Amino acid sequence: MRKRETILDHLNIAGKDYSSRLLVGTGKYKDFSETRAAVDASGAEIITVAIRRTNLGQNPDEPNLLDVLPSSQYTLLPNTAGCYTVEDAVRTLRLARELLDGHTLVKLEVLGDPKTLYPNMVETIKAAEILIKEGFQVMVYTSDDPIAAKQLEEIGCVAIMPLASLIGSGMGILNPWNLQIIIENASVPVIVDAGVGTASDAAIAMELGCDGVLMNTAIAAAQNPILMASAMKKAVEAGREAYLAGRMPKKLYSASPSSPVEGTIASSSAPASKDKSI
Amino acid sequence: MIQLIVNGQSRCFPTANRAETQDQESSARVLNITDLLEHMGLQGKRIAIERNGEIVPRSKFDQPMLADGDRLEIVVAVGGG
Repeated sequence: MRKRETILDHLNIAGKDYSSRLLVGTGKYKDFSETRAAVDASGAEIITVAIRRTNLGQNPDEPNLLDVLPSSQYTLLPNTAGCYTVEDAVRTLRLARELLDGHTLVKLEVLGDPKTLYPNMVETIKAAEILIKEGFQVMVYTSDDPIAAKQLEEIGCVAIMPLASLIGSGMGILNPWNLQIIIENASVPVIVDAGVGTASDAAIAMELGCDGVLMNTAIAAAQNPILMASAMKKAVEAGREAYLAGRMPKKLYSASPSSPVEGTIASSSAPASKDKSI
Repeated sequence: MIQLIVNGQSRCFPTANRAETQDQESSARVLNITDLLEHMGLQGKRIAIERNGEIVPRSKFDQPMLADGDRLEIVVAVGGG
């Protein structure tokens, strides 16, 4: 019964089922072969890519990311990283749709400031409205503001992706309480995007009830990215199973040992609790 | 000649028409996007193109749409998070 539940536990985004709840980025690796090895070790099915101007007149035989990570094997999620305005974000994703043969699932992020990379929520909401009208399925990077998250869902975003902490910071989950409110209010998947630093952060996000975790730097900037990718895969699975299993309540002490109280060979009984004498 | 702004860089491309071209170099003329990509060694690459802020679908790459001063963006997918 329990086993069956685990097998059927898919992440559903915009009507499509994914068996992995870990989504990974493809930036900051030393070369494409490391990117590919890390993606495969992570088990991720959805991988983010950026859209950039091609190099002109330079090495024409430069390898292409899409040859290393073909859309036949992965769900590519083009992003708007580096966009600070509605116009830039919308134009970037129209280009992505053209590049990827009409692919509509995208990651929208509109940044507010190059120092912190914190999202600009006013621009994000405007861009989301335009993109959804144009038929895009928008997974949206957002601050961990429950009101903004709800607005994005009401507009029609297919996944809400709040930050755990700032992009690339590796600071972990700074405000689990806000994430919990967002999760409680949402009827679309909530995916923590940004801020995860190590495996325990990913597990905590999943234990909170997030539907998935998206990360890039935590894997790419590890000393051994491929090993960290494997660790993240396990952490996300472990966190998800712990969430489904339902953790025991926290108690200061339980007075209920795990081994039987009766039948010990001890010659004397346990010392009386000092509290009782009061 | 035609001047285009490609990925933010101003560049000139030959556009001599058949009547003017006596030297069999007609393949180097840049009248449409297909010519332009060939001229820049990008033919057959996975790219997408925007002209003056509008997407140019691949089906229109052979149409003679380029005009002096056009702003073109040629993009690819790269690693990103």
